[in-house]
Amino acid sequence: MGIPNLIFVVVFLAACILFWRNASKISRNIKLGMPLDRSDRKGERWRLMTLVAFGQKKMFSRPWPALLHFFVYAGFVIINIEVAEIVIDGIFGTHRVLSVAGGLYPLMLASFEVLAFLVTAGCVIFLIRRNITKVKRLVMKELDGWPKTDANLILIMEISLMTAFFFMNAADRSLFISGHPHYNVDIGFMPVSGYLAGFFSGWESSQLVFLERFCWWFHIIGILAFLNYLVVSKHLHIILAFPNVFFSRLEPKGKFDNLESVTGEVKLMLDPTLTPPPAPETPLKFGARDATDLSWKQLLDAYTCTECGRCTSECPANITGKKLSPRKIMMDTRDRIDEIGKNLDKGKKPGEDGKALLNDYISPEELWACTSCNACVQACPVNIDPLSIIMDLRRYLVMEQSAAPNEINLMLTNIENNHVPWQFSPADRLNWAQEK
Amino acid sequence: MSETITIKSMAEWQAEGKSPEVLFWVGCAGSFDDRAKRITRSITTILHHAGISFGVLGTEEACTGDPAKRAGNEFLFQMMAMTNISVLNGYNIKKIVTGCPHCFNTLKNEYPGLGGNYEVLHHTEFIKNLLDEGRIKIEGGDFKGKKIVFHDPCYLGRGNGIYEAPRKVIEVLDADLTELKRSREKGLCCGAGGAQMFKEAEPGNKEVNIERSEEILAENPAVVATGCPFCMTMMTDGVKHFNKESEVKVLDVAELLVNSLKK
Repeated sequence: MGIPNLIFVVVFLAACILFWRNASKISRNIKLGMPLDRSDRKGERWRLMTLVAFGQKKMFSRPWPALLHFFVYAGFVIINIEVAEIVIDGIFGTHRVLSVAGGLYPLMLASFEVLAFLVTAGCVIFLIRRNITKVKRLVMKELDGWPKTDANLILIMEISLMTAFFFMNAADRSLFISGHPHYNVDIGFMPVSGYLAGFFSGWESSQLVFLERFCWWFHIIGILAFLNYLVVSKHLHIILAFPNVFFSRLEPKGKFDNLESVTGEVKLMLDPTLTPPPAPETPLKFGARDATDLSWKQLLDAYTCTECGRCTSECPANITGKKLSPRKIMMDTRDRIDEIGKNLDKGKKPGEDGKALLNDYISPEELWACTSCNACVQACPVNIDPLSIIMDLRRYLVMEQSAAPNEINLMLTNIENNHVPWQFSPADRLNWAQEK
Repeated sequence: MSETITIKSMAEWQAEGKSPEVLFWVGCAGSFDDRAKRITRSITTILHHAGISFGVLGTEEACTGDPAKRAGNEFLFQMMAMTNISVLNGYNIKKIVTGCPHCFNTLKNEYPGLGGNYEVLHHTEFIKNLLDEGRIKIEGGDFKGKKIVFHDPCYLGRGNGIYEAPRKVIEVLDADLTELKRSREKGLCCGAGGAQMFKEAEPGNKEVNIERSEEILAENPAVVATGCPFCMTMMTDGVKHFNKESEVKVLDVAELLVNSLKK
């Protein structure tokens, strides 16, 4: 093992450890959420994950972006075989260790190049959609600043990684042809790098080795950096989409959960002869005020969101110019739980900063614009449920703060007194049967 | 419909020592809103025509609690739900037909957890079943060849995955059923759900029902069909906004069918 191999091992391990530490923090943050049982109906969950996460079924309701996204996704998954080779070569100082596969190896490499080309083309088109043709959902206000930079950085990184891969193969090919003793694997004429190799015909062997090594290191360090970038980026969806879809809500979308804490109280109200249960240690809170009042699944949703904006582009409130954007609800939830996590690292308890998800991040105006139509839930390619967060925050506004708009309060009073949301007399309920 | 249909309450059924095949859950809009009452009467006409014995709760019916729940008041929702459940269970109700997707969704999905277990059908599903079983027959009617668009109510479509039943009923009328650009899973809300019906919209640049009406009117339909009293209000207002009420009718699927029932 030479010095480069030692450096490689150190860099590789450091990157993995750093990733593990940051990923653990995200996992801890998610676990700050309230308990929720999603361990039922395993068979159905595996099937759903295969179709929706692995097969990207919901993406294909918009075929063109779906196809490009599928190229990038398939490319990244499959090119990981190449990364495995780089890691082995890096540790043991071998050259193209997978070439033991014989005649299969050039075939494999060629398919990687085709995929890498599709990844590059996909990313270039995505950059154009974001920055030149400015597809509406990709340039909305909530993406100003970091989210926009984040999206562009991801695409640029992916294009750079693929470019390095092509040039590495091109230099390798030129070195093989020149008879360099270390570059002894004939990869043949590759579909992309084969054309690039022509540019290097006049290059010295040492220059080619430098180019090949540079691209090799760039590629692997780039991938390790990308891995660590995930944890601060919206791009985490490439990992979390799978568990997030697995733990989806399997009930009809129209069904909202019944709050158990309320059921006990209502039973007591309706039947005063019941013995009240002992008072809980922490006073019950109805609905959610801060990110830690949400369930772990709602927090997982927030970390899974890749800010594609399909939800917002289908939201009737947003389409008609209201402030509500389901994507912003998810981004706010993630930003807030991240902030709570950072405070924890500094030794501060949740809520000690005097801030909360409600009001400091999400305003009542946004919450009251929701029609609960489930368009956002339906639109999400990875089964995120922004509506459940909106509802939980509304519940806090209404049940803990009595802070509903006046007309809503009037409607609630009517239901309470007249058993009908309008000001009618319950005695007139059957009048329709006498009318023509 | 000149024929008088006697509407019997569950209390009357009980007094006779009998029980009907189904309970027709009318809902608040269907009971009190003048436009929705016409839908209610169409549903009873269809039930009567098919020879289905049915009862209503009458003054014993109360709001399911749906708007309270969507507005965030879980207390009021559960109070209404438990009160209704004790009435329903008191009459030993097994099967319910509703005239409103919101009542339908709440009774079907949210009552079981509180002790109310019933077979619940939206009226478009029930009517489709009656057609399938041959219990109602269609003859002629005003809608043959007419262009009809169906506006999917959120709590029927996305909320419960019922897209086919209302369409099947419309197809039986030999009408030209045309899909809107945003239909089925991608259907656009009328703007009334989630307790919006009872309040002014938040500041924006357009009302949701206007956005939807523009899409509908671009198709030049003769009829906008729907299956929800709230969608009915929103779509009717939307069509009026564009002064198209004389050319484009907004009708419930039940009203479409009543017109074509074989006498």
